Amino acid sequence: MKDLATSAPVAATRGLARLEALAPVLVLLIAGVCLPLFGDSYLGVIGTRACIYWVLVSGLNLVVGFAGQIAIGWVALLTLGAYVTSVLTAGAVAPELSPYLALAIAGLFGAIFGVIVGLPALRLRTFYFAMTTLGFATIVTQVALAWKSVTGGGVGVPGPIFPWPFASPWGFYFFCLGLALLCTWMTANIAASRFGRALVAIRDAEVAAEAVGISKPGLLVKVFLFSGAVAGVAGGLFASLQSYITPDAFTFDLSILFFIAILIGGRGSILGPLLGTIILTALPEFAAPLVAWSTFLYAVLLLIIVLAMPGGIAEVLDFKNRRPLERHREIRPRPELLGTLSNPDTSPAVLTLKGVSLSFGGVRAIDDLTLEIRAGEVHGLIGPNGSGKTTTLNVISGYYAPQQGQVFLRGKPLRPRAPHTRAAQGIARTFQTPRLIGAASVLENVMIGGSKDGRSTFVESLVALSRHRRDEAMLAQAAMTALSVVGLEQLAFARSDRLQHGELRFVEIARALMLRPSFLLLDEPAAGLSVEEIKRLGDLILTISRQGTGVLLVEHHADLIFDICDRVTVLNLGKVLASGTPAEIRAHREVVNAYLGG
Amino acid sequence: MLVSIVSYGLALGAVYALIGITYNVMFAASRVFSFTAGMTGMLGGVLGALFIDRLGMPVIVGFVATLAAGAVLGIITEILTVRPVLKSLDQHLYVLSTLAFALMIQQLTAIEWSTEPQPFPRLLPIGPGLFDQQFWLPMVACAATIVGLEWLYRRTLIGRAFLAIAEDNYAARALGLPEQRLRIASYALAGVIGTLAGFTGAEMMLAYFGNGPLLNFYGFVPVALGGMGSNRGAVVGGLALGLFQQTANFLVGGIFASVAVFVVFIVVLLARPEGFAGAATARRV
Repeated sequence: MKDLATSAPVAATRGLARLEALAPVLVLLIAGVCLPLFGDSYLGVIGTRACIYWVLVSGLNLVVGFAGQIAIGWVALLTLGAYVTSVLTAGAVAPELSPYLALAIAGLFGAIFGVIVGLPALRLRTFYFAMTTLGFATIVTQVALAWKSVTGGGVGVPGPIFPWPFASPWGFYFFCLGLALLCTWMTANIAASRFGRALVAIRDAEVAAEAVGISKPGLLVKVFLFSGAVAGVAGGLFASLQSYITPDAFTFDLSILFFIAILIGGRGSILGPLLGTIILTALPEFAAPLVAWSTFLYAVLLLIIVLAMPGGIAEVLDFKNRRPLERHREIRPRPELLGTLSNPDTSPAVLTLKGVSLSFGGVRAIDDLTLEIRAGEVHGLIGPNGSGKTTTLNVISGYYAPQQGQVFLRGKPLRPRAPHTRAAQGIARTFQTPRLIGAASVLENVMIGGSKDGRSTFVESLVALSRHRRDEAMLAQAAMTALSVVGLEQLAFARSDRLQHGELRFVEIARALMLRPSFLLLDEPAAGLSVEEIKRLGDLILTISRQGTGVLLVEHHADLIFDICDRVTVLNLGKVLASGTPAEIRAHREVVNAYLGG
Repeated sequence: MLVSIVSYGLALGAVYALIGITYNVMFAASRVFSFTAGMTGMLGGVLGALFIDRLGMPVIVGFVATLAAGAVLGIITEILTVRPVLKSLDQHLYVLSTLAFALMIQQLTAIEWSTEPQPFPRLLPIGPGLFDQQFWLPMVACAATIVGLEWLYRRTLIGRAFLAIAEDNYAARALGLPEQRLRIASYALAGVIGTLAGFTGAEMMLAYFGNGPLLNFYGFVPVALGGMGSNRGAVVGGLALGLFQQTANFLVGGIFASVAVFVVFIVVLLARPEGFAGAATARRV
């Protein structure tokens, strides 16, 4: 019954998702193969240029469109690739190499420098990264101008000529088209993999990404390697198309073109930026008087897009999310389906806080807090606003380092200030304000919860090997089950920013369940729910705990707390005011006075 | 030779420091780094040359007109590119909107002015030499700006209101401060400081549209190294950068001097992301 309920839509979406992923490839293939039919050689040059730009933009798209890193100086890697290929092919500095080999070496250089330019993005704020890419672009051009013995300075060097079978202009066109198709296919694979989802999570919900075990530096380095490599290759092709390169050929305007093509296309899309690249490459060719003004117009376009239509072309093309959702929706969790998601590790585990203190400036957020959460129990954490409940969760999940004391899991201390390590330890959580990716579907949001279960490597996902496909099937299946458990399977394919607030809370729980957690930290899950929904939530939490998961429940709804908790701790001003069974707490005079009210 | 490295380095450093302060003044009012900082510097030179050389205005009139144009530009920046995206600061849309506006300024200058560097008129009838005006003018401008800002922030009511907004603009608004007007005023002030940097440094750097991105980068380096929001950090960082660049220029040649600056920038930022003078801020979860 349960398999029937979940596998059919999953199979259907996988078909749909595959079609969506193939759409850009098909668009490019059809347009590309038709172009020579016009028999116009100038059109061929424009087509070749569009393909070359797209090779670079496809990789940059993962950096800008998916990961949300503002890389504005990517032309530097094009320059680098162009010079490496040309210089190695010319044979003036080193023994003459085959252009194909030189192109591969350009890709290697691109990858290395892609990471070097990207390094600041791993630690720093957005604007810093934008600045370093800008600085890098300025410097590469200056070096190209000054290093006369190698680059020929202002005089330049001849570009490579790719021998048989790509020597003719149309031959070269097909070579570039082939590479463009390859890049489209590879980036579409990444976009549809756990890596693609993780990149978007870093962009839109970084804190949540860490909580499910996504390591931002590790992921970004991979993406910079790939993006740099394709940019280097694009540079080699560009040099061949230009037939002669000087530093003037690589103006900053080109960088802006690449960058804006992605934003016009829409972030988090492959098809959108592909269309954006084609349009921006072709436009100045057909509107000759505008050439001098083209960069100015791109800038105006950028401003309009940022201010007026942040979704870009992709949002215009997104028809399926315009269908109205059912109006009167009810969340009906089915905790009985939990069996398939439960934690395989049933050894009795304990999560302990010992003497934890943390101050922010002069405010003692938590003060000498000792707490013990056992597997299979629901532990309530209550107290007035500002009593340190959420801070306690943030210490356990590693966002804050305690100034005194430690957190232990199964007797071993947990690393402070390392939130991305918690998922692997079996600690999952939800947030007081749901942290989801608005632009992604509900199913994708839940699949992010299982990121650490993926087995395929980045390279395997790039070329869609069998392990990648197994991962995707497994994650989609598990996510569908998790959604059924919380009662939202009918919304699996809706964009999550179309959901109501209460529904988002359940999506977060589904995402947390993907980890099959030993411990689940819930931060006010009942806020904003109806009475009926709170009761269902209570049943769900209780069932989760009886499967062997320890639940720490931060909540203001006293009824829910006293209904389902095995033990309750009351905080006041960061200190434990009382601790015990619900019955003991209800009878505690100070608690009643301070918090519950008589 | 040493004297020339020092005077040239300090003069360039003063320009970088002023652009750094331009970033800071805008940042303090809005938590936004704007790509227009370097553009106001570039315009200081271009507009100065335009007003004085091409239109034949007297030096003092051209100077005032240039600064006024900077103030207007700052106000447009605030209205057009900052205010609409302030609500969603965490999405960093301001990086894109200010970049777009900066590019528009740069392209317009390239098309309407020139893409070639143009000479800048001599401002004062004081002869050339080691203590040439092209060297000490930016330094005087930098010193005057620092003294002026200190006086503004410490001694005047409006300056204290600026500080209040920089510290916590939510609380400042709750106290009834006209946050929006103060923000506009900050952007106008930033525009004036930026054009002042460009105007006084233009005899050295020429009136050239390509100075925009250059100043954007070299003006940001002292801000990043000195800690954002710290004007003293920006001045120390700017002067150090100018000296370092000129020394490297002399020792290993101009190109590798830029590479050296870039490498130092990245290494320092990776080692100390909050800069030398800044304190690490706690993140919000």
